[in-house]
Amino acid sequence: MLYREAGDFKTSYAEDNQTFPIKFDRWRYWFVLAVAYLVIPFMINDYWANAIFVPFLIYAIAAIGLNILTGYCGQVSLGTGGFMAVGAYACYKLMTAFPEVNIIVHVILSGGITAAVGAAFGLPSLRIKGFYLAVATLAAQFFLVWLFNKVAWFYNYSASGQISAPERFVGGVAVTGPNTEAWAKYMICLVFVTICAIIARNLTRGTIGRTWMAIRDMDIAAEIIGVNPLKAKLLAFAVSSFFIGIAGALFFAVYLGAVEVGEAFGIQKSFLVLFMVIIGGLGSVFGSFAGAAFLVVLPVALKLIGVDLLGWPTDLVSHFQLVIIGALIMFFLIKEPHGLAQLWRLAKEKLRLWPFPY
Amino acid sequence: MTMKKLAALAVTATIAAAPVMAELVIPDLSYRTGPYAAGGTPFSDGYQDYFNMLNARDGGIGGEMLRVLECETGYNTEKGVECYESTKGEGALVYQPLSTGITYQLIPKATADGIPLHTMGYGRTSAANGEVFNWVFNYPANYWDAASVMVNYLLAENGDSLEGKKIALVYHNSAYGKEPIRTLENLSAQHGFELTQLAVDHPGQEQKSQWLQIRRERPDYVLMWGWGVMNQVAVQEAANIGFPMENFIGNWWSGAEHDVTPAGAGANGYKSLNMNRIDANLPVFDDIKTHVHEAGNAAGDGTNVGKVLYTRGMYAAMLASEAIAKAQEIHGVADITPAMMRDGMEALELTAARMEELGMAGVGPEFSVSCQDHGGTGLGIVQQWDADAGQWNALTDYIAPDDAVTLPLVMEDSAAFAAENGIEAGCM
Repeated sequence: MLYREAGDFKTSYAEDNQTFPIKFDRWRYWFVLAVAYLVIPFMINDYWANAIFVPFLIYAIAAIGLNILTGYCGQVSLGTGGFMAVGAYACYKLMTAFPEVNIIVHVILSGGITAAVGAAFGLPSLRIKGFYLAVATLAAQFFLVWLFNKVAWFYNYSASGQISAPERFVGGVAVTGPNTEAWAKYMICLVFVTICAIIARNLTRGTIGRTWMAIRDMDIAAEIIGVNPLKAKLLAFAVSSFFIGIAGALFFAVYLGAVEVGEAFGIQKSFLVLFMVIIGGLGSVFGSFAGAAFLVVLPVALKLIGVDLLGWPTDLVSHFQLVIIGALIMFFLIKEPHGLAQLWRLAKEKLRLWPFPY
Repeated sequence: MTMKKLAALAVTATIAAAPVMAELVIPDLSYRTGPYAAGGTPFSDGYQDYFNMLNARDGGIGGEMLRVLECETGYNTEKGVECYESTKGEGALVYQPLSTGITYQLIPKATADGIPLHTMGYGRTSAANGEVFNWVFNYPANYWDAASVMVNYLLAENGDSLEGKKIALVYHNSAYGKEPIRTLENLSAQHGFELTQLAVDHPGQEQKSQWLQIRRERPDYVLMWGWGVMNQVAVQEAANIGFPMENFIGNWWSGAEHDVTPAGAGANGYKSLNMNRIDANLPVFDDIKTHVHEAGNAAGDGTNVGKVLYTRGMYAAMLASEAIAKAQEIHGVADITPAMMRDGMEALELTAARMEELGMAGVGPEFSVSCQDHGGTGLGIVQQWDADAGQWNALTDYIAPDDAVTLPLVMEDSAAFAAENGIEAGCM
């Protein structure tokens, strides 16, 4: 009933090719954007920004990045934490070396630097595949964390090895540093997420996305039909790392404000983003958002229910979080191996037939 | 996704609707889970038990009840941020995060929000310069004091000369472990000893290669900046390679009972610093047992009373409650704000007589805080583990650090921070 196509006629190629061909979907999309841009910024407070929305949006960018590499191009990567660290440290070095340049430029440049590093670590993917590639990217993870810990130039020779984001402004409004308003933090992340998601969605719908998917489905067949594996794989690594670098830069500059590489960008971060992609759904932009929301919101919600509502001891709740999230991950993977995105797709199919399913 | 958000919204809405009572709110960012839980649990038990004891015995402080808000951080900065944001709106008076990483996060945030931060013996050392760090306090001692106290102790042991000695530093590869390096490097240049740095990555269970290097290079002394599971592993590894334990000295976060008991008799003779004395027979523990534990309100399982880190947690709570009392005295109101709390902390003065009155005679050194000096005296004792008796014995009285070494470093680092963040140094 809701997702009805009847009466929704397309009269031009442009209309036929649009991202959301169903009218209801389009309305839903504009509605979500309107709420995100016009309602939430006026209601948000420090707690909602720092505990839920900002981490959710940043992890969504990282998940989109990894989804391009793993979900669309089929190259498994365990180096996400390391690439986020590249973004964060690039952003820090740029922020401190060129304080007069706008932070938005720095964040985009950090993405570019991460893309170059990612493409370099993607070179082995031309020779090795699957688990072996995962191990090669794992090496990238450990090497990068070691590098940022070892070479004092990256943290400007500070005594503690911590990097701290100085205050920076966009249009006169502080977006980094301690005096940032909740809405400013939220808005800068939201703008980056929106642009990244639109770019990712359109890249994956076009020629480039199709070559990636061809490589994912069967690389030899893809080569035979004329896909250049060197170009496709390296491009996937570069584009994916670009997004992950942006996520890392925002994670450091906007969300935390001070990071320590081993703690913030360790191997756990790589696994966390990989879980987001797997739970959300491989090869789906919506899945990246769903996975990020699931793994960011759920622990906070469990904590609120357990500690603040039921008054349980904090250590018990913290242990229960691990148990419940672990159990839910297993439940989802058994019941729906294609992730939350597939559940959404099925729900959409059902809604189209409702109330007369067959 | 939307359903979940709605559910979370509903949950927070009910919390926000709870009435705000006039209470003194003390957040306790604890960690009872993860690789650092062994240290976080007794500290948090001591911190909470002392406040609960004040509530039960004296009816709070100055007639105002205390409310402890516990929040589990797991030593993780992201969770630490969530904990800070969720508790600051409740009128939190002072934060004690017990994590150098979270401290670095909170220094700018707490300063912007006007909430004092007390990082006793950890955190950013240069916060001792109160003119730059108006809202951060790290009395009674800090890492650079610890490094200097260790070297002073070794100097005393070696007839005032460390010329040509080899000293290795085993440190947690994080902001926490890196803090003392600069001081030790200066001291090494000054006293002519050779310093080897050995980093141990989080969480610290893997130290074979570091101890192999120690075995090969045979340093005269090993100093350690460890925390959590790293301590236990290091003590065990030192015992395995047969390193003479009396030449192995940990800082004050590497010298609790649980750090040495797993190595059994092998840990006998291991030394560590301490910033407070330990005495399980202090009268204050009897009060805690009567008023809190017997009433069934013990934080945790109640087995940690009198242990090293429990005593330190209780000591931290005592410093906070004394500062609250001081703030009430200065401003003449019982229900103080975080800004008043800051004034109380800055005017804090702890005398031996007051500590005895509180039932914890000699637990810490005498010190007073001023606008310029947020760091206290920096005194530390050296204690040694007796594996047979299963207890720590103090070897020395309070040893003073070499302020001529640490003070210029504090000034240099805080000036750099002030320049980076555009802070005008001065008293509030």
